[in-house]
Amino acid sequence: MQFKGTEKYIATSALQIAVNAAIHLEKPLLVKGEPGTGKTLLAHELAKALDKKIITWHIKSTTTAQQGLYEYDAVARLRDSQLGDRDVTDIEQYIKRGKLWEAFQQDESVILLIDEIDKADIEFPNDLLLELDKMEFYVYELQKTIKATKRPIVIITSNNEKELPDAFLRRCLFHYISFPDSKTMKDIVDVHFPDIEEQLVGEALRVFYSMREINGMKKKPSTSELIDWIRLLIWEKKDYDALKELDVKFQNPPYLESLLKNEQDVELLQDFQKYYGKR
Amino acid sequence: MFFEFLYQLRGQGIPASLHEYLNLMDALSKNVIQPDVNEFYVLSRAIFVKSENQLDAFDRVFDAWFKEKMKLPPINLLNAFNPEWLKKNLLHGLSPEEKKAIEEFGDFDALMDRLKELLKEQNEEHNKGNKWIGTGGTSPFGSGGYNPKGHRLGNKSAGNRTAVKVWENRTFKNLSGNTEINTRNIKVALKYLRHFSREGLPTELNLDKTIDKTSQNAGMLDIVMQPSKKNKVKVLMLMDVGGSMDDHIAVCEQLFSAAKYEFKHLEFFYFHNCIYEHVWPDNRLRWTKRIPTIELMHKFGKDYKFIIVGDAAMSPYELYFKGGGIDQNNEIPGIHWMQMLSKHFKHFIWLNPIPETNWNFFETVDILRKFTNYRMFPTTINGLIAGMKCLKNPKKSYKKDIWGDF
Repeated sequence: MQFKGTEKYIATSALQIAVNAAIHLEKPLLVKGEPGTGKTLLAHELAKALDKKIITWHIKSTTTAQQGLYEYDAVARLRDSQLGDRDVTDIEQYIKRGKLWEAFQQDESVILLIDEIDKADIEFPNDLLLELDKMEFYVYELQKTIKATKRPIVIITSNNEKELPDAFLRRCLFHYISFPDSKTMKDIVDVHFPDIEEQLVGEALRVFYSMREINGMKKKPSTSELIDWIRLLIWEKKDYDALKELDVKFQNPPYLESLLKNEQDVELLQDFQKYYGKR
Repeated sequence: MFFEFLYQLRGQGIPASLHEYLNLMDALSKNVIQPDVNEFYVLSRAIFVKSENQLDAFDRVFDAWFKEKMKLPPINLLNAFNPEWLKKNLLHGLSPEEKKAIEEFGDFDALMDRLKELLKEQNEEHNKGNKWIGTGGTSPFGSGGYNPKGHRLGNKSAGNRTAVKVWENRTFKNLSGNTEINTRNIKVALKYLRHFSREGLPTELNLDKTIDKTSQNAGMLDIVMQPSKKNKVKVLMLMDVGGSMDDHIAVCEQLFSAAKYEFKHLEFFYFHNCIYEHVWPDNRLRWTKRIPTIELMHKFGKDYKFIIVGDAAMSPYELYFKGGGIDQNNEIPGIHWMQMLSKHFKHFIWLNPIPETNWNFFETVDILRKFTNYRMFPTTINGLIAGMKCLKNPKKSYKKDIWGDF
C-alpha cells in the first residue's frame, strides 16, 4: 500500500513518505499548513488512490469527543416507554453511532478524516487519546467495548488556531505542507488544466507569486485561490497578452476578488500601488 | 547509532522520547522508505517533529548529526568487496549505452579488478579527482561524476537534488522564531476563572427535575428542559504600555491573546504607568479616542472581574502627587483613582510581569501590593492560577513571602 499522489493531486516526496509512514506505523497523520494548500483534499485523494471509503468528521467549536463515538437518546427512550411504541429494553436502538464508531465497524480499513481539529474546545484532542491509540472505546449503556476490526487510516488537519496538547501530538506523525515552489505549482496547475497554454501559466504564476511577496497580507492567496483564478481567466478567454505587461506594483490583476479574500488586503494592495505610483 | 541523534534533538528542545525512537525503528524495519538519506530525513522529521516551529531546530540537529556521521572512519570496502554481488546488482539497471561503456573499458571483470585495486590503495575520503573513488570526479568510480564510463557508488544522483541540500536550506527558518507561541498553558490557567451559569433558551434535558416532575405526574412523562451551561465571566482588563513595560511586551501579548480566546466578555483598555483621568482602547488613537476612567465604572458593573496588568514600577510622586502623571497633568493623584476603582470592582487583581523576587526593589510595587491587599501576582503560570482563584473568591489573597522560596 503505497501512496504516490493522484492524477489530480501532486504530493511532494516528503508528503508521500509521511503518508506511507502513517499507514505502516498505524498512527494518525497530523497535517498542518497555510489555508488552501490541500490538507483536506489529501485525505480525499488518498482514499481515491488506495480505493478506500472515506469517513469525514468535521469538527466545529461545539463538537465534543463523545459525539464522535456515540450519543444516547434518553428522551426518545423515555417517550417510547410512555407510548409503548418500541421495545424499550433494546437500548441499542437509542444509541446513535458517531463517526469513529462508523469507521471502526467497517469490514475494510477506511480513511478517517478528522477535519480542523483545532476548531473544537482546547481539551477535545485529550478526550480522544485512548480511542485513537487503541482504536477502541467503551459504551456504558450497552456495557461493551467497540473495537476496530480493521484499523482506519486517520488523517487529522489543523489550521493552528489553537495549540494541540503534547500527549496528543506524541501519538501522531506530523507533516507541515509548505507552500509549493513555482515548479511544483506549475505541476499542480497542469493537472487541473491539462490544455492550458504554457505562456499563460508562466505569466499567471509570475503575477501570483508577486502578489504573495507583498508583506503584511492577512491572508496570502494560496493554491486554491490560484486554481479559481486561472479557471476564471480561462473562462473569460483571457490570454497571455492580458497578463504579459501586468505588474502588481502599478495595476490590479483581473478578477482580483478571487485572489484576495478580505478588504484589508485589497486596501493594502492599493497602498502598495500608491507607494510605487508616486516614485 | 540513532540514540545520539535522539539526545541531540532533545538538547535542542524537541521533545523526542523513546516512543518516537521505537516508531522510527518500526518504520525502518517495515521498509517504509528506500535506503536513502533524503527519505530518512523526511521520515525522521515526520516522526520527531510535532509542530512547524520545531522544524528549523530539527534541520539544524540533523545537519550537525549527519556531518558528524560522515566523518566516521569509512568501512573497509575491501573486506566487503563482492564482485558477484556487484555484477548482479550493477548490470541489472544499466542502459545499453552504459553496457557498451563497460565493454570500452575491457569487460566487467577488468572493471572490477581495477575497482579492487583502487580500494586497496585508497584509504581516505576523496572527492573531485580523476583517479580515486569519491564524488564529482572523472574517475570511473564514485558518484556525481563526468566520466561516461563511470559508475555511481553510493549517492543516488548528482546535482541540485542531493540530500544534504534539503536540510541545509533550512526552509522553515522563519517559522521557528524565538517567540514561544505556546499560549496553551496560559489558557489552561485562565480556565480557573470560568463561571458557568444557565441563561437563554432551554435546550438541555434536566434529568433530576424530569424525574421529579414525572413522579409527581403519577408516571406520565413530564420533561423539564434547561438552558445549557455557558461561561458567563466578564472581564475588564487594563494594561500598562510603554516605558518600562516594553521589556514585557512578549508576555503581555501572550496573555492578551490567551485572554481574548478564553473570555467571551473581555473589555480591554490601556494606560501608561498609572491610571488617571483617562484610559484608551487603542494605542494608535491614544490622544483622540479616550475614555474617562469615571465612565469605566459607570459602564461596567460590579460583576466584572477587574485585572490590571502592569509592572507598577514608577516614581512615588506619579502615584501620590497632583500632576504627577508622566505625560499628563492630572488633577487627582493616581492613588485616588486606584482607590475608586478598587472600591467599585470587588473582584480585583494585579498581574505583574516583573519576577516576584525583584518586587522588593521597587517602592511602588510594594505600596500597590499592600494597596491591593496582597492580590498582586507574577505572570507565571502558577501566579496566574493563584490570581484566577483569588478573582473568584474575594476573600483570598496572596501573602506568600516573596523571599520564602530562597
